[in-house]
Amino acid sequence: MRLGGLLAVLGALACLAAAEDPADQLPNPAQEAHARALFKEIRCVVCQNESIDDSEAEVAGNLRQAVRAQVAEGRSDHQIKAYLVQRYGEFILLRPVFSPGNALLWIGPFLIVLAGAGVLAFRTRRAPVPEARLTDAEEAKLRELNDF
Amino acid sequence: MIAELGAFALILAFVLSIAQAALSAAGRVRNSAALTGAGEGAAAGAFIGVAAAFAALVHAFVTSDFSVVNVAANSHTAQPLFYKITGAWGSHEGSMLLWCLALTGYGAVVALTGRGLPWRLKATTVAVQGGLGVLFLGYTVFASNPLLRAASPAIEGASLNPLLQDPFFAIHPPFLYSGYVGMSVVFSLGVAALVEGRVDAAWARWVRPWSLVAWSLLTIGITLGSFWSYYVLGWGGWWAWDPVENASFMPWLVATALLHSATVTEKRGAMAAWTVFLALLAFTFSMLGAFLVRSGILTSVHAFALEPKRGILLLDILGVAAGSGFALFAWRAPSLPPGGLFAPISRESGLLLNNLFLSAATVSVLFGTLYPLIAQAAFGAAVSVGPPYFNLVFGSLMAAVLLILPIGPLMAWKRGELAGVLQRLWWAALAAVVAGALVFAFHEPRKAFAGAGVALAVWLIGGTLTELAERARLGRTSLGESGRRLRVLPRGAWGMTFAHIGLGVFLLGAAIDGTGKMETAKVMAVGDQIDAGGGYHLSLDQVGQVDGPNYVAQRGTLSVTRNGKPVCTATPERHFYPAGGQSTSKVALCLRGVSDVYVVFGEQRMGSGGAPGWLVRVYWNPWARMIFLGPLLMALGGGISLSDRRLRLGLPRRATQTRGAAAMEPAE
Repeated sequence: MRLGGLLAVLGALACLAAAEDPADQLPNPAQEAHARALFKEIRCVVCQNESIDDSEAEVAGNLRQAVRAQVAEGRSDHQIKAYLVQRYGEFILLRPVFSPGNALLWIGPFLIVLAGAGVLAFRTRRAPVPEARLTDAEEAKLRELNDF
Repeated sequence: MIAELGAFALILAFVLSIAQAALSAAGRVRNSAALTGAGEGAAAGAFIGVAAAFAALVHAFVTSDFSVVNVAANSHTAQPLFYKITGAWGSHEGSMLLWCLALTGYGAVVALTGRGLPWRLKATTVAVQGGLGVLFLGYTVFASNPLLRAASPAIEGASLNPLLQDPFFAIHPPFLYSGYVGMSVVFSLGVAALVEGRVDAAWARWVRPWSLVAWSLLTIGITLGSFWSYYVLGWGGWWAWDPVENASFMPWLVATALLHSATVTEKRGAMAAWTVFLALLAFTFSMLGAFLVRSGILTSVHAFALEPKRGILLLDILGVAAGSGFALFAWRAPSLPPGGLFAPISRESGLLLNNLFLSAATVSVLFGTLYPLIAQAAFGAAVSVGPPYFNLVFGSLMAAVLLILPIGPLMAWKRGELAGVLQRLWWAALAAVVAGALVFAFHEPRKAFAGAGVALAVWLIGGTLTELAERARLGRTSLGESGRRLRVLPRGAWGMTFAHIGLGVFLLGAAIDGTGKMETAKVMAVGDQIDAGGGYHLSLDQVGQVDGPNYVAQRGTLSVTRNGKPVCTATPERHFYPAGGQSTSKVALCLRGVSDVYVVFGEQRMGSGGAPGWLVRVYWNPWARMIFLGPLLMALGGGISLSDRRLRLGLPRRATQTRGAAAMEPAE
């Protein structure tokens, strides 16, 4: 959320959340909720970085209409997304698909955890911790500290 | 005339930064106190120069001097004085000047106050800080000077973007920038430690207060920015995983890891190389953020003045500063003395795990932010990475951090006992499971995330309180004795307690708001009612016209009732700014405990029956305020910790002498 950053395109943000316009909603509340959940995963292709749930752009409105229509027809999420990808490319999905190309994106952070844990395990095995031994003076100091 | 003086002062500051770097370095090499003293003087001078330039810019904004290009582009005579002043940092050029002000300010503070620092370490630190000043001031003077005059002055300015004309927006950049740039001191200390070949507890004791300052300010800055987007953008959201937001979040994550690893280095002398690495990394991410945001390389809703030429310059600065820092690290780190040893089950290991998962979480944010670029370059594919990715990957890595969090502070240094610690935490675990199950059972709509989030938050808060009770020996000694123990508890321990509880509070808010948010929208004519859920009803009583200083507004007055009882009156507005031809909406927030009834007044439409109507949107945001309260508690914890006697700036050396037993204290 950086300062001056908010110049040019922010105007569009002022009137966000176009998706709940009562005029467009599906009559069946369950289907409407389902469509709304899907909107959040679909990018408004002409916007800077917004889902069609947020955007007021015309394209976003058309996409919402298309998605609502397909939800009303009872098509599955998978079918709807496949339809959108076929027309607009993978760019339209805000949740990138898990494909060999995207594998690094999805599992990279977890690989780092594994690699880090491996390095740590290796190092701690190499360096056993010697039993701590305190001098008499330290023992006395410790007792004093514990007593207060 | 004043703008010219400011521009001159800026160039002077640039030259003084060169002097600062050169004199301090020469003084260090020749063991000359006179030279390093001169370098410190130059550091103070550079700050005064930038401050003068900044004052000149503010003056130009206040007097609406439209012969200055930057003022003409970002101000307007009708703008209120407050927003004329804040307009000074509302643009690319002005914000870079603010960045330089913070950078030289920190440099001056290090130069003038670091008396306790070993003089060689200090001279090198001031020299490196001067080098950073040369890079950024050079950029500001030659590529992004906000004090340039126009050939033909404009008669009227183009006005600051109306969305930025908001008190929270206006004050968040100074916090954010002080946070970003505060990492530069840590960076300089890291480089200096590598140059001097000395990374020990004394060094870590210097890194901690600086990283605490930067971290706390950054926390406040991000929170203010988040709150601004919550109530200004009119969609009730507070975080969108936008690249610009991520750019501010990554340095924060690294700084959080650094605070924890520096603790280990300070108390146990271990993890020294890793702490230095993080010290370099934190400011690198700050610079990366500056580059990402200003180059326009990533598509963001917060699109900046997109100028590829400047972007490349910023990338060069990033490359030079971070590149030389990490090259030095690769060369010198292997020769650093190994630190204290510790067993796999110990507080050190707990903090190490914290760092491991925090690093992986940072990488997930970095990957997600940069992946569209990588995919484009590597296989020419246009891919989007949006909130669903971050929520899943970042969320699960952070869940691991939160799971181990309460265990770490209860563990003994060097060699701990897991069974004993878990035994003391059983009630926190029980409370977490019960709370999670209750939320899962009764919270509408039923979402697993809400239950898991609340359970983790309760585990976090319960575990932190357990640790506090342990320190006070609550229940095992008299209440008076427990109270006395709490009173003499080191401030650092209180700081940790506040920060960890703040994290739990944040998580509670995020879990409940994220799943329990309710939205309703309706075209309302005067007299109409809307059912917002949760028993809340709003009726539109009247719509009126309001004239602001530089806008005209339509204001709706809605009375909010809950189960028939009046609760509050909401007056959302829709502003129109004639200067730029833009409209914005001013949200009305009706605070209910820690929750909000959030009302947005939209465009005019034909209502039912031909009467004029307005599109009114109402959100019920349960526990939303905890999302912002939590981070403020965390920043407060940072502040409390900073006031710890051992960490007070300027004191460390004396502290180590008079309190040799400090390392044996059971502090955090």
